[in-house]
Amino acid sequence: MQSYIGLMTLGASVGGLRIGDMIVQLVTFLILLYLLKKFAWGPLMNMMQKREEYVAGEIEAAEKSRKEAEQASQEAANQLKQVKQEAQQMIEEAKSAGLKQEQDIVEAANKQAELIKKQAQQEIENEKEQAIQALQDQVASLSVLIASKVVEKEINEQDQEKLISEYLKEVGEER
Amino acid sequence: MDHGAPIVEDVLGISWLDFNLSNVLMIVVSSLIVFLFCLWASRNLQMKPTGWQNFMEWLVEFVKGIVNDTMDWKTGKVFLPLGLTLILYIFLSNMLGVITNGVVGHDLWWKSPTADATLTLTLSAMVIILTHYYGVKVQGTKEYLKGYVRPVPLMLPFKIIEEFTNTLTLGLRLFGNIYAGEVLLTLLVGLAASGILGFMGAAVPMVIWQAFSTFIGAIQAYVFVMLTMVYMSHKVSSDH
Repeated sequence: MQSYIGLMTLGASVGGLRIGDMIVQLVTFLILLYLLKKFAWGPLMNMMQKREEYVAGEIEAAEKSRKEAEQASQEAANQLKQVKQEAQQMIEEAKSAGLKQEQDIVEAANKQAELIKKQAQQEIENEKEQAIQALQDQVASLSVLIASKVVEKEINEQDQEKLISEYLKEVGEER
Repeated sequence: MDHGAPIVEDVLGISWLDFNLSNVLMIVVSSLIVFLFCLWASRNLQMKPTGWQNFMEWLVEFVKGIVNDTMDWKTGKVFLPLGLTLILYIFLSNMLGVITNGVVGHDLWWKSPTADATLTLTLSAMVIILTHYYGVKVQGTKEYLKGYVRPVPLMLPFKIIEEFTNTLTLGLRLFGNIYAGEVLLTLLVGLAASGILGFMGAAVPMVIWQAFSTFIGAIQAYVFVMLTMVYMSHKVSSDH
């Protein structure tokens, strides 16, 4: 019961339309709104805006540098590929050049060998010819000698035979 | 238990100018606290936020979320300071009554300013008047007036009544919640003061009720700002 009465009494402070309070509330709130806008919300929102822009800028810069790095790496890869290709080409060229040189050398050697062989054959041929010539000369001179001997000495058949065999033997020995 | 209010009537001999000095005191006190807190919390703004700047920025984002929920950001941007100031002022006012109630003599001096219907109705009326002002400013007078007869002219009386009911419900919802909280707290304090047995009986409910009142105070501040933005969006958005 006492609580109930207390509640009713409290109710008294609720009632009544007090213009003065309303004016005070309104004016105070508007002043508060103005002051806070000027001293708190304004700077705060400015700072947040600035941070937003900063972050956006940073992200953009990061994106840009990432792109650049990607491009650079692409370029490097391309260059590496090109260099590899060039190296491969150089090796191939060197290989083919070596092969060609080898072939040249072998060919030259062959040629030279052929030449030497030919010369040797020629020489042999010459020697042979010379030898034959010499033999022929000697045979002629011997024949002449034999003939002169025959002419020089009267000989019988026996002697002649003996002589011929003697001379033939001589020729054979000389040969 | 029989607390009165320090009412001064007929100030300066004007018959309608009455002041409840406790209200005046508490309005000034809570406004001052809110102002000093904000000033202190945002005194040293930095790119890298520290300490209370984080809290303030969270609050800005929070109210921004409320505004974004009800209208598009381009038109809603101007209402951000209003919403921020309202939510802080109302929340702090609610809290002042939860923490302490001060009685001098037989008069209740220290209480929530929002536990007074006059003050909450003043706030809600201010909000509704602002919605009309911005409705005219953003949409133009013609569109603003057309809003009353949309979708059919039959709606005109309802729309006009709606403005008054909006004002009343917005203010009285806040007042009712906070006032009820204070009434119960006052009763509990009365019980606790009645004797050792009363104190033991009242201590636990008192703690629970204070926690609940804190919760209610925060929710009501949120609801008030939320509804402010909803009413505002009805007036400034053209798609209604």
